[in-house]
Amino acid sequence: MAEPGYYGQFGGSFIPEILVATFEELVLAFEEAKADPEFWNTYKKLMGSYSCRPTPLTYAENLTRHFGGARIYIKREDLNHTGAHKANNVMGQGLLVKRMGKGRVIAETGAGQHGVATATMAAKFGFDCTIYMGEVDVQRQRPNVFWMERLGATVVPVTEGTRTLKDAINEAFRDWVSAMDDTHYVLGTACGPHPFPEMVTWFQSIIGQEARRQVLEETGRLPARVYACVGGGSNAMGIFSGFLEDDVELVGVEAGGRGLETGAHAARLASSDASLGVAQGYKTFFLQDDDGQMKETHSVAAGLDYVGVSPILSHLKESGRVRFAAATDKEVVDALSLTIRKEGLIPALESAHGFVQAFKEAPALSHDDVIVINQSGRGDKDIFTVADAFEDPSWKQFIRDKAEEYDAG
Amino acid sequence: MLAEHLRTKQREREILLMTHIVMGYPSFEDSLRVVEAMVEAGVEIMELQIPFSEPIADGPVILHANQRSLQAGSSVEKCLEFGEEVAKRFDIPFLLMSYYNILFKYGVDAFTKRMAEAGLAGAIVPDLPPEEADEYLAAMAAHDLSPVFILSPRTTDERMAQISKVTQGLVYCVARKGVTGQETSFSDELDGYLTRCRAATDLPLALGFGVKDRADVDFLRGRADLAVIGTQTIRVVEEEGVEGVKPFIEGLRPPRSS
Repeated sequence: MAEPGYYGQFGGSFIPEILVATFEELVLAFEEAKADPEFWNTYKKLMGSYSCRPTPLTYAENLTRHFGGARIYIKREDLNHTGAHKANNVMGQGLLVKRMGKGRVIAETGAGQHGVATATMAAKFGFDCTIYMGEVDVQRQRPNVFWMERLGATVVPVTEGTRTLKDAINEAFRDWVSAMDDTHYVLGTACGPHPFPEMVTWFQSIIGQEARRQVLEETGRLPARVYACVGGGSNAMGIFSGFLEDDVELVGVEAGGRGLETGAHAARLASSDASLGVAQGYKTFFLQDDDGQMKETHSVAAGLDYVGVSPILSHLKESGRVRFAAATDKEVVDALSLTIRKEGLIPALESAHGFVQAFKEAPALSHDDVIVINQSGRGDKDIFTVADAFEDPSWKQFIRDKAEEYDAG
Repeated sequence: MLAEHLRTKQREREILLMTHIVMGYPSFEDSLRVVEAMVEAGVEIMELQIPFSEPIADGPVILHANQRSLQAGSSVEKCLEFGEEVAKRFDIPFLLMSYYNILFKYGVDAFTKRMAEAGLAGAIVPDLPPEEADEYLAAMAAHDLSPVFILSPRTTDERMAQISKVTQGLVYCVARKGVTGQETSFSDELDGYLTRCRAATDLPLALGFGVKDRADVDFLRGRADLAVIGTQTIRVVEEEGVEGVKPFIEGLRPPRSS
């Protein structure tokens, strides 16, 4: 009944004619891989030997005691090689690229994690690699740029538009329409034209499959709630997909930025500011004006700073299966600080959005209840942003000294 | 009908010119002067682009024009008013060009109704493949407007046949892979592709992407029915001002013999 690539009214494939043949090839390659159990086995084996899978499920005993409600468990996607769940998607797509016989990959990146993951995958598989990154994100995620370049990728700062993730995606599409014969666009999240939402979700579903098994083994029960941050939505789709058929409440947490009332946020599903639209090849909720022009978004977390959202999540919101909330920049920094102090874990600023909502809700639940938070990535990439947020004087002095040292050299 | 109109024009000129502007860039006043200069220079049909914040099929020059127009306060309504003004004032057909979200957000039926009232001939929507276009096709047909679809060198013969069933007025043939405004090789390969396009449709063929000078237009003579000049006119306006447009367009074809 439903068209392929549609989730309710969301999804589709709104692409220029020149890319139609490329998408047909990709859909075919993906469908063949999905139907081939050997492909998934190869993928799981690769992730086991190269990326620390299965990642553990950590009981956050001190946070549990601190909040005095539900038992808090954390799925440790930060322990993936390159430090985030992004590795799952890129290694999967890397295997597909090999299958399709292409030799070059391109990608866009916001926080830089997807760029680093793609550059790593390209190094391992021997592909040429170009990464598009908004100029604003290049500035706030310099350490990731450093690593991408060391890994052999060409990093192209995008100076168009808002100079963030959405503009990097447009540039990657522009590259792809010139070079699709030998190039695969490793889209970083569960967005974009069909088959990307489904394909990225499929690779990320490894998170949910593991988490469900682990939480049952560890606690003997399914969690009451599962929390995940939502930028494009790939880590959320990954962990949620393990629990979609269960009586488990799923909570997606978007970037509330400076507050939903300020307009400076990236909450597409948790606010009433977004509306249905078609851009970047697919139909979903976008933060756009009455004319259909995309708006600027804001988040302390570069990886959540995106105007669109996975069409699958839009559908799950509309059907009532997933509940959405937003966390402000300030709440995020507070939750990050608490998690570091109490558990010795450093979630990425993106992931900390999920922690905010979990912390708000945990006290009202009973100790019999279990909740799971997806720690989608590690926070050491955010050291500059976090140091700014904490206004750490000795860090600032260190940076000044380092700069002087460079000047003197 | 648009196709017949173009066929009639072809009796006068061997190859027709279709030009492109981004409305509101650098200003609506200048856009009007550019349209006037193009019509005076003998252009047979024009594309009027409504700027969009995410123009994924456009190269850097048109991308900038889109952004600058939006920054200068362009809106969909102003563009539609502009389209109406030029359609009334000049005796050539005008096509709207934009990305699907502009139509979708306005309401596809309301948008096409407004286009028809404004006297526009049709539209080109590069990110709307026929598979996603049911609502658009019905609305365009209801208002007697031409939906112009695109063929690319990677479009299979079978798909070309499918697309030729839904396109009206003319077929827009993209000369090569890539976005607007890059180099195109005008060669035998292009010739072969145009032969395939010709076999798929009886409608006039417009060849766009990379057509920039007299030599390119000469190459297309006898191969395509229309040459599309997009990025190059924006470059001309940027480098020489509006005054440069008329001589540039006139220089693309030999003067009329009669």
